Amino acid sequence: MSTHPLLQAQGLNKRFGAVVAAQDLQVNIRTGERISLIGSNGAGKTTFVNMITGYVKPDEGSIHLDGLDITPLNPRDITRLGVARSFQIPQLYPSLSVLENMLVAQTIHNQRLSLWRPANQASAVEQAQAVLARFRLQQHQDRLVAELPGGLRKLVDIALAMMGSPKLLLLDEPTSGVAAEEKFPMMDTVMQALNDQPLTVLFVEHDMDIVSRYCDRVIAFYSGRIIADDLPAVALANADVRRYVTGERDPREATHA
Amino acid sequence: MAALLLRSLVLLVAGLGLGLYLPKWLQFMLTMALANGLVSLGIVLLMRGGVVAFGQGLMSALGGYAAALVFQHWGITDGLVLPLLGGAVALLITAPFAPLLARYRGIFFSMLTLALSMVGYGILVKTESLGGSDGFNMGRVTLLGQTLADDQVGFALLAITLGLAVLAGTAARIYFASTRGLVTRAIRDNELRVEYMGGSVSQTMAINFLMAAFLGGMGGALAVMALGHIDPNFSYWTTSGEFVFVAILAGSQSVVAVMLSSVVLEVVRSFSSSYFPTTWQFALGLFLLLVIRFLPQGLGSLWQAKQPKAAQEDRP
Repeated sequence: MSTHPLLQAQGLNKRFGAVVAAQDLQVNIRTGERISLIGSNGAGKTTFVNMITGYVKPDEGSIHLDGLDITPLNPRDITRLGVARSFQIPQLYPSLSVLENMLVAQTIHNQRLSLWRPANQASAVEQAQAVLARFRLQQHQDRLVAELPGGLRKLVDIALAMMGSPKLLLLDEPTSGVAAEEKFPMMDTVMQALNDQPLTVLFVEHDMDIVSRYCDRVIAFYSGRIIADDLPAVALANADVRRYVTGERDPREATHA
Repeated sequence: MAALLLRSLVLLVAGLGLGLYLPKWLQFMLTMALANGLVSLGIVLLMRGGVVAFGQGLMSALGGYAAALVFQHWGITDGLVLPLLGGAVALLITAPFAPLLARYRGIFFSMLTLALSMVGYGILVKTESLGGSDGFNMGRVTLLGQTLADDQVGFALLAITLGLAVLAGTAARIYFASTRGLVTRAIRDNELRVEYMGGSVSQTMAINFLMAAFLGGMGGALAVMALGHIDPNFSYWTTSGEFVFVAILAGSQSVVAVMLSSVVLEVVRSFSSSYFPTTWQFALGLFLLLVIRFLPQGLGSLWQAKQPKAAQEDRP
C-alpha cells in the first residue's frame, strides 16, 4: 500500500435544513487502501460519498483528489478524473445485454461518442470481455440485464464502474439484497477482480462480517461525525461504534447491569 | 457495414424498378408515404432515447416552406437540392430550442414540442406574405438541370424520395449501431447512470433532436414537391399526430418498419376516405389499437425478434 494520499477531505460540513449530515469531517485516504464506511441509517455515509462524487456540495471544507481540489467540479468532471461508483440498487440498462452495458460504459469513459463508429468494434468488445472475465460474467454476456438475478446484477454494476479504470471506487452496500450464502463468494469475486489493479476502494457496508474480512480500515459515522477511524479490529471494538453502529452493548455495561 | 450498404442498394434498385411500372396514383401515394415516413423516422430516432415528439409537424412545415420559398424567390428548383435545403433550414431554425428540450423527458418533452409546433402554426396562419391559412403553390421541380415532362414527373419524384429515404434510412441504421446510438438506448433505460459514468445526456438528446429536425424538414420538402402546395396545416397538431401514429405503429427497432407503417397509413387513409370518408379515423384508431394489443413493440418486432441477437444490426 502506498503512503501517497489519494483523497484528502478537510473540514467538510453539510446541513440539510436542521439535519447535520456532515460535521467537520477530516479524512485522508491513501492509494490502495480498502476502506469500509459504516454507520446506521442517516449517519452521513452516503452524504460523504455524494460529496466525493460531486453530487452534493459541502457547505464548508474541501476535497482534494491526487492534490487537485475537486470540491467545485461537477460530477462528470470528477468521474473523468477517476472516481467511479456502484449503487446499493444496481443502476443498469435493463433492456441491453450485459456486453452492451459494458460497451456503454467503455464508450462514455473513453469519450468515443460518434455518430457512425460502430459500438461493437472488435477492440471494444475484447476490452469489455476482459473486464467481464475478471468478474466471472463472460458466460452471461449475451443475456439481457433484466433477466439476471440480483447477485449477478450487483456484479455487473461494479464491473460497469470498473470500465473506466478508476483510481477510486466507491461501492454502496455491495452485498445488500444478496442472499446470505452468496455474499462471501460474491465479495471474493469482487475483491479478486479489484486486486488486479492499483485501486483504492471505499465501500459502504452494514454487514460487519464483510467489513472485518475485506477491508483494512474502517471509518465509522454517527450523526454526521466520524466516531472511529482505525483498523477493523480496533474500530469494531470501539465503544461508540458498538453502541451507535453495531448496536451491541458494551460488555462492561452488561457486567454492571 | 458492407452488407447494410449492399442491402440498401438492392432495395433502392428494386424500388426504382418496381416504381417504373406503377400507375401514377400509386407512385404519388408511395412518394407521400416515404416523405412522411422520413418525418416519422425522426420521431423514432427520439423514441430510442425515451422521448416522443408530438410536434414533429413543425419540422415538416419548416422544411416544406423553406423549399417552396427558395423555389419561388431564389429560383432553386432542383429536386435533389430542395429536400436537403429543407432539412438544413428545419435544423437551423429549431437548433436554439435543442438545449432547452434536451432537459425535458416524458410528457413534458412531448408537450413542449407540441407547443412549439402550434406556435409555428399560429405564426404561419397569420403571416400573409406566406399565404396565411391558404398557403401557396409551388411549381414543378427540375432534376439535375432537366425539366420534367408530365409523364416523367411522378416517377422522378418517387425516385428522388426513394433515393433520399434509402440514404437517410441507411444513415439511421449506421447511427443506431454507433456508439452514440447505443448510449441513446442506455439513456432510455437509465440516464442517471449515464450521467454518473460521465456521459452528457442532454448533449445526446440535443443531437437526436437536431437529427430528427433534419429528417422532418427533408420529409416536409419532399411532400411539398409532390403536392405542389404548402399550407400551415403541415404544422397542425393532427398532422403531428399522424407522424406519431406511424412511429408507434413501426416501433423503434427497424427503419424499414417506419416506411412500411407510413405506407400502411397512406393506404388506410386513401381507401377509408374513399369508402367511408367521415369515419376513416375510426378505422385508423382501430388498426392502431390492434397493433398495440398484439405487437406492442411495433411492426418492426415481427422480423427483428426472429433474428438471432448477433444478427440484429442495431444491437452492437
